[in-house]
Amino acid sequence: MARRVRTPRVFQTIWNTQGLARYLFLTGVLITGVFVVFALLAPWIAPYDFAQRSVDGVRFPKLAGASGEHLLGTNDQFYDIFSRVIWGARTALLVVGLSILLSAVVGVPLGIVSGYTGGWFDRITVFLMDALYSFPSLLLAIVFSFLLRNAIGGGILAAALSLTAIYIPQYFRVVRNTTVAAREATYVEAARAIGAPPVTVMRKYVFGNVVQSVPVIGTLNAADALGTLAALGFLGLGIQPTEASEWGYDLSRALDDVSAGVFAPAFWPGLAIIALITGLTLVGEGLNETLNPALRRRRLRPVVLTPREEA
Amino acid sequence: MSTVTASGSLPRYIAVRLMLVIPMMWVLLTMVFVLLRIAPGDPVSAAVGDKLSEDALDARRAALGLDRPLIVQYLDYLGDVCRLDFGTTISNGRPVLDIIANQGGATLTLTLGAFLFALVVGLPLGRLAGRRRDSALDAGIRIFGIVTYAAPIFWVGLMLVLFVVRFVPSWPTYDIATAETKYLVPDRTGILLLDAALDNDWVGVRDVLQHHVLPCFTLGLLICGVIIRLVRVNVIQSLKGDYVEAARARGIPERRVVRFHAFRNALVPVVTVIGLQFALTLSGAILTERTFNWPGLGTELVAYVTARDYVAVQGLVTFFAIAVVLVSLIVDIVNALIDPRVRY
Amino acid sequence: MTSVPGDPSQPREVVLEAEDLRVWYGTERGPVRAVDRVSFDVRRGEILGLVGESGCGKSTLGRGLLGLLPDGAARDGALRFEGQDMLSMRPRDQYAMRGARLGMIFQEPLTRLNPLMRVSDHFTETLRAHEQGLSGAEVERRSLEALRVMGIPPTRYRAYPHEFSGGMRQRIMIALTLVLRPAFVVADEPTTALDVLVEAQIVRTLHDLRATYETAMLLITHNLGIVAEACDRVAVMYAGRIVEIGEAREVFARPRHSYTRELLRSTITLSTEGLEFIGGSPPDLSEPPPGCSFHPRCPDAMQICATRAPRARITDAGSRVSCWAADIADGAPVAADLSAEDRSPLTTEEVLVADEA
Repeated sequence: MARRVRTPRVFQTIWNTQGLARYLFLTGVLITGVFVVFALLAPWIAPYDFAQRSVDGVRFPKLAGASGEHLLGTNDQFYDIFSRVIWGARTALLVVGLSILLSAVVGVPLGIVSGYTGGWFDRITVFLMDALYSFPSLLLAIVFSFLLRNAIGGGILAAALSLTAIYIPQYFRVVRNTTVAAREATYVEAARAIGAPPVTVMRKYVFGNVVQSVPVIGTLNAADALGTLAALGFLGLGIQPTEASEWGYDLSRALDDVSAGVFAPAFWPGLAIIALITGLTLVGEGLNETLNPALRRRRLRPVVLTPREEA
Repeated sequence: MSTVTASGSLPRYIAVRLMLVIPMMWVLLTMVFVLLRIAPGDPVSAAVGDKLSEDALDARRAALGLDRPLIVQYLDYLGDVCRLDFGTTISNGRPVLDIIANQGGATLTLTLGAFLFALVVGLPLGRLAGRRRDSALDAGIRIFGIVTYAAPIFWVGLMLVLFVVRFVPSWPTYDIATAETKYLVPDRTGILLLDAALDNDWVGVRDVLQHHVLPCFTLGLLICGVIIRLVRVNVIQSLKGDYVEAARARGIPERRVVRFHAFRNALVPVVTVIGLQFALTLSGAILTERTFNWPGLGTELVAYVTARDYVAVQGLVTFFAIAVVLVSLIVDIVNALIDPRVRY
Repeated sequence: MTSVPGDPSQPREVVLEAEDLRVWYGTERGPVRAVDRVSFDVRRGEILGLVGESGCGKSTLGRGLLGLLPDGAARDGALRFEGQDMLSMRPRDQYAMRGARLGMIFQEPLTRLNPLMRVSDHFTETLRAHEQGLSGAEVERRSLEALRVMGIPPTRYRAYPHEFSGGMRQRIMIALTLVLRPAFVVADEPTTALDVLVEAQIVRTLHDLRATYETAMLLITHNLGIVAEACDRVAVMYAGRIVEIGEAREVFARPRHSYTRELLRSTITLSTEGLEFIGGSPPDLSEPPPGCSFHPRCPDAMQICATRAPRARITDAGSRVSCWAADIADGAPVAADLSAEDRSPLTTEEVLVADEA
């Protein structure tokens, strides 16, 4: 029970799941990998900077079609769509990664302490977290960006912090429930019986057990956070266009173009969002199906009844 | 589980559940208050600071009670909410309750229509995928589920608009009705569709329904993806249930086993989670409204957030919090109707 | 205790007959030989006990008889029920026989009833599935009758499963199985999940059922006390095979197979002075040991046991047993062909190694 999930074993188990689940997982890894490359190598892949409207003093055309200079055309703000899509990967992964990291850093210890100590502290925290959880996540993000806009402006950090608040309760719930279950497990009881102090028990025994579920929630939350980030941008409440390239913002700019029948400014950033969310979801679901035995389905070898020996 | 429990009564369960609404409501309202009050800076100057003199601003603050101690403001807030007074906006002096009464109907018909569409499409598809697990059909349905969930709802909306603008140019792609219908239909209930029907204005009803098609379809797709995933997983799990094997051992036809044993039991957790999805629906509705220029509460909220109108945002968020609590109450009661074990 | 109503000297007709039946599971590592070349028959109104350690294939055999197998499992051999070959039957027809002619009682009564359905719904559904057009009054009359036999009062007919205790739920399950009067019932450890007093009641009820319904039954259990109390004959299963089968009294009084003997010895009774157990654990059924699969744990193991599987032999008392040691002890003709080397005991070293595994 106490065993930690070693990476090779996880991959082994994924490999052994039935065909479809395996290919969906690998597809997810591939898609996510492509976007990580975009994010890391954005300055080299993108022909222009995300806030660049001219080259050598010559302004870009407005709403131009695809051409040699502008692979996917330009949008209504004279930006190069292809460059903004590539740079957007960097913004998206940065904000999402930051917010998932922050919410795990807050949510996991809070869940362990709450689940392990129990009592009033536990009850109150659970009640508060449930209230936070039951609240529409976009609404929460809107309220937070509303508050943070006054305090720290509309940059990447503000966006990441707005998202963090949404995902803390998710880690808290899962980690707390696992902790409560682990606390009753025999090996933890044994550790307490031999007099290990609570901090040691939490760190050495409970944490190792609980931490397994974090990657699954992490990837699934990352997919969700990406959608929320884009939604904030679309509502005009996210990252300011001068701070970074953000897909959701570009989509909101494209609203009028769409009514006029111009498709490129809306199509490409949206496609990027879908692809990355799908990739992350596939990875998360693959991990989930593999680590959750109730959903797992092994690859069965077909039974061939061998002929009977002797007559 | 193994002990004999007294046959629980539904009325008693509902009474207990109703009493739980009060602490839930209190916690959410407190949360809204705390969140909006820890905001650094001064709400009045944020909203209208550039328009008024310093004295006028002070007068505004005093009128809103912002100069009083926090605890008094908190109790005032709770008291006002109990009287259904959500405050008056700073930026344009509208009572928030008026906004809810005038714009709430559009949000309501949008979400209901979307939910209806999602249930009609999502339940059968999810069941089919769960039953034919790992078949090509399952793969197709799952990918559909994942993509509809992954696709940002506003992008789906935009693509639909693009499509419609190109191929059916006469179909309405924004707003809840034409200006003519809005002008002709008298306001009685705040729900335009109902008002038009009450007025026997069938041209108006048709017009409003046509305007609903694209937004409801867009929002419905999002909910549909969630429902498909949920139903699929739950059908798979309940098909492994002991009572399913026992039913097969009694020779109950497979179709009936799937429908009455696996599917019905799979629906119990689905109802709960669909209730939680109300929050998702609300989030989706805000985005759909912006996409289709829909005159609903989401549009209002975004406008007031942009205007930095603190009172309006607090009032609208409070209203959404109350809606969340009430929906969770309804979900729990529906759950008790389906599952006899819930009635303790 | 073991009397059959009617004339005991008159041999009753065979209800179910398995011949060389195999049920193999598919796994990640290859096939598991859960049931391997099993032959037996059950007659009308007879209770055949099936005993053995956990993981020896008892439950698989029971489910295999009804065709309730997971994906990737395969059956072959011959399985005749009332003269019809079940294995070559269309799946549809097989399905229709389940419940109506072949019933199953499960181990965990708590989870076997659909929690969302009233007890009455379970009966209605079951009866209507097999006898279309049954009137509501008739459904209720027959259901209440079956419940009455099992000691459930008619006032509880419309209750939900969670309102009953484990023992009562098992009675409801049994009533639900018997309401269609199946000719043959598999009872898979029906009392394991229940406490001792309830267990005794259920066993008594199952035993009495023969008089009421003339049902043939395969009673799977690991409790030898239940076999002694309720069964006419007993089959002892080890590693997917039936190693000994015969009259319950005869097998208990004079066990021929070493495994049967060890199993009986490890049973706790009032006269037990020291705890006995069989060393080691049952073999991995995906790679059963060569020869007699019990030889790594057998105290009487000889050289021959590790190389050649013993043939089934009918003893003078009418039992059927597959054991080299028993063949020698009974002076069976096959024993005469065994050389001195064949008969020499297997070295303890090998036994210990097997123990470790």
